[in-house]
Amino acid sequence: MNRGTPNPKANKSILLAAYLVVGLFVGLMGYLGYFLQVKSENVINNSYNARLDSFSDRIVRGDILSSDGRVLAGTEVGEDGTETRRYPYGSLFAHAVGYSDRGKTGLEALANFYLLSSHVNLAEKTMNELAGVKNIGDNVITTLDVDLQQAASDALGDRKGAVVVMEPDTGKILAMVSKPGFDPNTLAADWESLISGDNTQAQLLNRATQGVYPPGSTFKIVTILEYMREHPTDWQEYTFDCDGKFEYGDYTISCYHGNAHGHQTLEEAFANSCNGAFASLGLTLDLQGMLDLTGQLLFNQELPLSLAYSKSSYAMGTGADDWERLQTAIGQGNTQMTPMHNAMITAAIANGGVLMKPYLIDRVENAAGEEIKKFLPSAWGELLPAAEARTLSGLMRKVVETGTGSALRTDAYQAAGKTGSAEFETGKESHAWFTGFAPADDPQLVVTVIVEEAGSGGQVAAPIARTLFDLYLAGG
Amino acid sequence: MVNVIIEVSKYLLALLMALYTYWNFSYFRFHEEAAKDRVCARQIVVMFLLHLAAYGVLYLKSGDSRAVLFYLAQVIFFGAYLWLYRLFYPRRSQILVNNMCLLLGIGFIMLTRLSFDKALRQFLIVAVAALITWIIPFIIDRAWQLARIPWIYGILGLVLLILVWIVGNNSFGAQLSLTVAGFSFQPSEFVKISFVFFVATMFYRSTDFKTVAVTTAMAAAHVLILVVSKDLGSALIFFLTYLAMLFVATTNWLYLGAGVLGGCGASVIAYALFSHVQVRVAAWRDPWADIDNRGYQITQSLFAIGTGGWFGMGLYQGMPYKIPVVEKDFIFSAIAEELGGVFAICLLLVCLGCFLQFMMLAARMQAMFYKLIAFGLGMEYGLQVLLTAGGAAKFIPSTGVTLPFVSYGGSSILSTCILFAVIQGLYILKRNDEEDYE
Repeated sequence: MNRGTPNPKANKSILLAAYLVVGLFVGLMGYLGYFLQVKSENVINNSYNARLDSFSDRIVRGDILSSDGRVLAGTEVGEDGTETRRYPYGSLFAHAVGYSDRGKTGLEALANFYLLSSHVNLAEKTMNELAGVKNIGDNVITTLDVDLQQAASDALGDRKGAVVVMEPDTGKILAMVSKPGFDPNTLAADWESLISGDNTQAQLLNRATQGVYPPGSTFKIVTILEYMREHPTDWQEYTFDCDGKFEYGDYTISCYHGNAHGHQTLEEAFANSCNGAFASLGLTLDLQGMLDLTGQLLFNQELPLSLAYSKSSYAMGTGADDWERLQTAIGQGNTQMTPMHNAMITAAIANGGVLMKPYLIDRVENAAGEEIKKFLPSAWGELLPAAEARTLSGLMRKVVETGTGSALRTDAYQAAGKTGSAEFETGKESHAWFTGFAPADDPQLVVTVIVEEAGSGGQVAAPIARTLFDLYLAGG
Repeated sequence: MVNVIIEVSKYLLALLMALYTYWNFSYFRFHEEAAKDRVCARQIVVMFLLHLAAYGVLYLKSGDSRAVLFYLAQVIFFGAYLWLYRLFYPRRSQILVNNMCLLLGIGFIMLTRLSFDKALRQFLIVAVAALITWIIPFIIDRAWQLARIPWIYGILGLVLLILVWIVGNNSFGAQLSLTVAGFSFQPSEFVKISFVFFVATMFYRSTDFKTVAVTTAMAAAHVLILVVSKDLGSALIFFLTYLAMLFVATTNWLYLGAGVLGGCGASVIAYALFSHVQVRVAAWRDPWADIDNRGYQITQSLFAIGTGGWFGMGLYQGMPYKIPVVEKDFIFSAIAEELGGVFAICLLLVCLGCFLQFMMLAARMQAMFYKLIAFGLGMEYGLQVLLTAGGAAKFIPSTGVTLPFVSYGGSSILSTCILFAVIQGLYILKRNDEEDYE
C-alpha cells in the first residue's frame, strides 16, 4: 500500500492554513486587548450592567461636583453605615445630575462607573480592605455652572420649559434646566405620584434633551440655508411684500399677530420672522434638498450625546402637498425637535460650522483630589460649511439688531440669535423659543430657551437668554 | 481579609498562567528531548500550583468543605492521568497531555464557581471519557484498516445529523441534541471527527475529479443539515475544515477559489433565507439596539469581559451567571470576568499552542491519510476556539459553540478527548516509525 505522500505541496498548504488561523488568533487577541484598554469603559457603564451595582458593596459612591467644586450630589454615611444620597441643591439640578435610587438618570447614570470606582492609594485601599471598611469612590467634576443654572431656573420661574447653555467652541454644557422639576432628595416618597397616570406634568422628563417641540420660526435657519444652497449667487435678491397674511389657493399663512411687515428682503424677513415670506419661499424649495439638509443637520438621526435624549424628526417627504410645504417652511407642520438639538445647531453656527460634542463631565478625581481622568473637548465634525455658518451668523446678528430679538440689544456685548413662536394647538398660546449666541464676533456662550404656552419668543424667551448672557459676559 | 487574599490571588493566577503559557511556546525552541521534558515538568508544577491557588480561593469564599474533597479528587485524577499516560505511552506528546490537563483544570475551577453540581458532573464525565479514550492511541498505532471504510464514516455522520434535525431536542432555537436512554448527547460533536476521517479516507484513495466531486457533495450535505438544524457554528467549522482539507490534499487553487466563492454565495443565500442567521448578524452588528432580547446575551458577555478588565474581578466577585448559557458557549466571558483579560489571552495562547502542535504533526506525517486527519482535526479545534472566544468578545457573530475541554457538557468533553487521543495516536505512530528507521 502506498504510504508515501501523493501531493508534495501538501506541507506548503498546511503552512498557509496555519498562518491564516494564527493570524485570526492574533486578530482576536488584539481586538480583546483593544476592547479592554479602550472600549470597555464606555461599554460597561450601562444601566443593564448589574455588575456595577455590586461595586457599591465595597465602595462608597463618590460625589458629583459643579465646575467650581460645589457638591451637587454626595453620599452621607451614617453612624451605622447606612448610606444616603444627598442633593444639596434640591430640584435645581434634578435633570442634569439625575437620581440614583430609582434606576439612574442624568449624571448619576452617565458617571456611574467612575463614582463606583475607587482610586485611593494602594496602602489606604489595603488598610480599608483589612479593616472591612469601604473605599471612597472617585468624584466627578462636571462642566455645570451653579450660578448660570440658578439664573436660568429663576428666569423660567414656574413656567414649563427648558434652558440649555453651552460653550460653542468646546461643547461644555454649562447649564441645563428643565421645568417642572422634582426634588431628588424626596424621590422615594414622591415616586408614586410622579409616575401616576393622573400626573400630566411629566416632571421626570428632561425637556432639554427629551422634550420634542415644533421648532417654530427657529426652523427658518434651516429653510433659509436650503434657499441659499439653491440660489448661491442671488438669494439676497429675494423680496416679498407682506400685508400680514399670505394667501395661496385656499390656504392662509399669517404673520405673528397679523403684523404686516411691508416690503422685505430675505435678510429682513429673517430678522422680522416674516411667515409670509418664508411660506412663499417654501413653495419653491426642492423637497429632496430639504430632506438631505435636515439629515445633515441631524434630524431623524442619532445625536452625539451621551445623555438620554429624543431624536428630532423631520417628516416632509418628496410627495408633500402645498399645505405641508407652507407649514414646514415656517417650522410648523410635522417637524419636531429637542431644545438640545436646537442648541447644537446654533453652537455649530457659532463655531464656524464645526459641532463640538456636548459633554457634562470635565474630569474624575480620587477622594484626595488627584486627577484620574480628564475629558477634553472633541469635535463631532462639520455640521455645515464655514462660509454658510458665517452667513447665518450675520443673519442671526440682524435678528437682534433690527428684528424680533430686540430684547438682547445692549452695548455690553453683541448677541445673535433667532426667535420662534411655535403654535401647537389652536386656541392656546404658542411655545416661546429663542436660540442664539454671544458675542457675535467671538462666540463664548450659546443659549437655547423654550417656554411652553407662553407667547412670543421675542417677548418671553429672549429676555431669559438676555439674563444669562448678562450674567456670563457682563458679570450681571 | 478574604477580599485581600482574593485580590492578591488574581495576580498570582495571572502570573502562573503567564508562566505556563511562556513555557508552552519556549518548548518550540528546544530540539533535544531532555530539554523538552524539563519544560514540561515545570509546566506540571505551575499547573498544580494554579489549581491549588484557585481552589484555595474557592474554598475560602464559599466555605464549602466539599470543595476541598473535590479538589483532592481532581489532584488524584490529574496525577494518575499524567503518570499512567507516561507509563503506557512513553512516546506520547507530553505538552499536549499537559495542555489537556490545564484546560480541564480551568474548566473545573470555573464550573465549581458557577455551580458545584455541574462541576461534579463534569468531573465524572471527564473521568469516564479519559478511561474510554485511553485505548485510542493504541488502536491508531496498529489499525491501518481505519483508512478503508470511508462510507461508514460518511453515512454514519450524515444519519446522525439527520436524526438530530428530525427528532432532536430544541435548545435556544437550535436543533442540537438527541436523548437516548435518558442521556442527552450532541451528535455534531462526534460527527466532527467522523467527518474528518471520511474526508481523509476519500482523499487518501484518490484526488481525481470524481472523488473530489463526490466528497464535496457529502460535505455539502453535512453542512446543509447543520444549517437547517440552526447549528451555525458547527456548519461553519465543517465548511472551513473541508475547504482546507481539500486544498491540502490537492493544492488546487481552482477548487479553493470555487469553494470560497461557493461559501460566500451560500452565506448570502442563508442570510436571505433563514431568519436565525439574520438574528445572529443583527445581534452582532448592534446588540445595543435590542439589549432586552437578541442583544442580551452578547451585551452581558461584553459587560462581563469589560468589567473584569485586565486582571479580573477575582473568583466569586463577578456576575458571570448573568450571561445565558455561560457554562457552555460563554465560559470564555466568565473566565475573562473573574480571572481577567491577561488570563483569558493566555488561555487563547495555550489553545493556539495546541493548534500549532497539530499542524506540526500534520506536516511531519508522511501518509496523506494521517496528514489529513491531523490537519483536519487541528483545523476544527482551532476554528472552534476562535468561534467561541470571538463570539464572546463580539469579534465575530456569536455561533454557539463550546470551548473545548473548558465548557460544560458531556459530548463536547468526550469528543475533544477523542480528538486529542487520535492526535496522540498519530504522534506515537510517527515516533515509532522514526525510531524504526534509525
